[in-house]
Amino acid sequence: MASLKELKGRIDSVKSTQKITKAKQMVAAAKLRKAQAAAEAARPYAERLAGVVASLSGKVSGDGAPKLLAGSGSDKRHLLVVVNTDKGLCGGLNSNIVKEAKAQAQELAEEGKEVMFYLVGKKGKAPLEREYASRIVKHFDTSVVRNPGFAEAEGAAEELLAMFEEDKFDVAHLIYPVFKSALAQDPVTQQIIPAPPPDTADDTGAAVEYEPGEEEILEQLLPRYIKTQLFGSLLEREASEQGASMTAMDNATRNAGDMINRLTIQYNRSRQAAITTELVEIISGAEAL
Amino acid sequence: MALKFEIVTPEKLVRSDEAYMVVVPGAEGDFGVLEGHAPLMSTLRDGTISVYASDGATPETLTIEGGFAEVSETGLTILAEAIG
Repeated sequence: MASLKELKGRIDSVKSTQKITKAKQMVAAAKLRKAQAAAEAARPYAERLAGVVASLSGKVSGDGAPKLLAGSGSDKRHLLVVVNTDKGLCGGLNSNIVKEAKAQAQELAEEGKEVMFYLVGKKGKAPLEREYASRIVKHFDTSVVRNPGFAEAEGAAEELLAMFEEDKFDVAHLIYPVFKSALAQDPVTQQIIPAPPPDTADDTGAAVEYEPGEEEILEQLLPRYIKTQLFGSLLEREASEQGASMTAMDNATRNAGDMINRLTIQYNRSRQAAITTELVEIISGAEAL
Repeated sequence: MALKFEIVTPEKLVRSDEAYMVVVPGAEGDFGVLEGHAPLMSTLRDGTISVYASDGATPETLTIEGGFAEVSETGLTILAEAIG
């Protein structure tokens, strides 16, 4: 059995771990509120843009359609844009995203497609590199800024668009966690290039005047649409990270509490046993006299 | 008789308000939107939006960087890249 001193040391160490997890939980709870508000605030723009793209892409189809809408004509090379978090301590979030990415890669590989990765965020790099080291095209680091915003999404999107222009890939999928609640953040896969027509096509039937032309507008609009989607995924990631972190740290704090209770009982028992032994020794010593 | 207009950036809804007229820097020239304007979609260049609260009032100006404007029966929506 462990000595009293050892037990005391362990109780202290678990206590300080609990302090850390508790602090991280509270930080995550505060940040979650902010991240959710940010995600909420970004929604009107995304919704309106999707609406406009929907009504325009319905009108411009066939030969005149820009490449971003119509595709490059083949679907051989697939690019998986995997959005992971930059920091750990958020439970199984990152491993779930990586799992989803691997499942998608597997599926595409089985169909005989070529798969490449474009990584956003730090935490997905190591596990994906282990299996697909040669397939990773680029790692976009978002950890250099404190709160990745639209500028970062824009940077990543521009790189993607440049790669598409250079004909490096045919289809791009975005894999990111969707924040459902603090308990559930599910990774989803969404095709971003070529832009799938949003299914909320609302045709008001009104004769709309376009300035300059429909195609020119669409040409400007589609890159922006992709940027907005990346930005949305960054916001979702942020909220998911904080949500997952809050839950994981809550569990950790509770576990630490249980552990402290168990260790304290053990400590008290050992101490009691030591006292009893001492007493028995004294009494039997006295009796012998 | 007022025009409903909204200015939205990727980060947030900047303004949702009513005005007499809003002058928007369209890619092919500035245009003013009053209530009952015909449906229109236009890309925007960098410039200033002037919001006239009432006829003849001194306009309130907002600097925007690129974007997109849509006029429909419900009003004017400006999707700006950034607000200066």
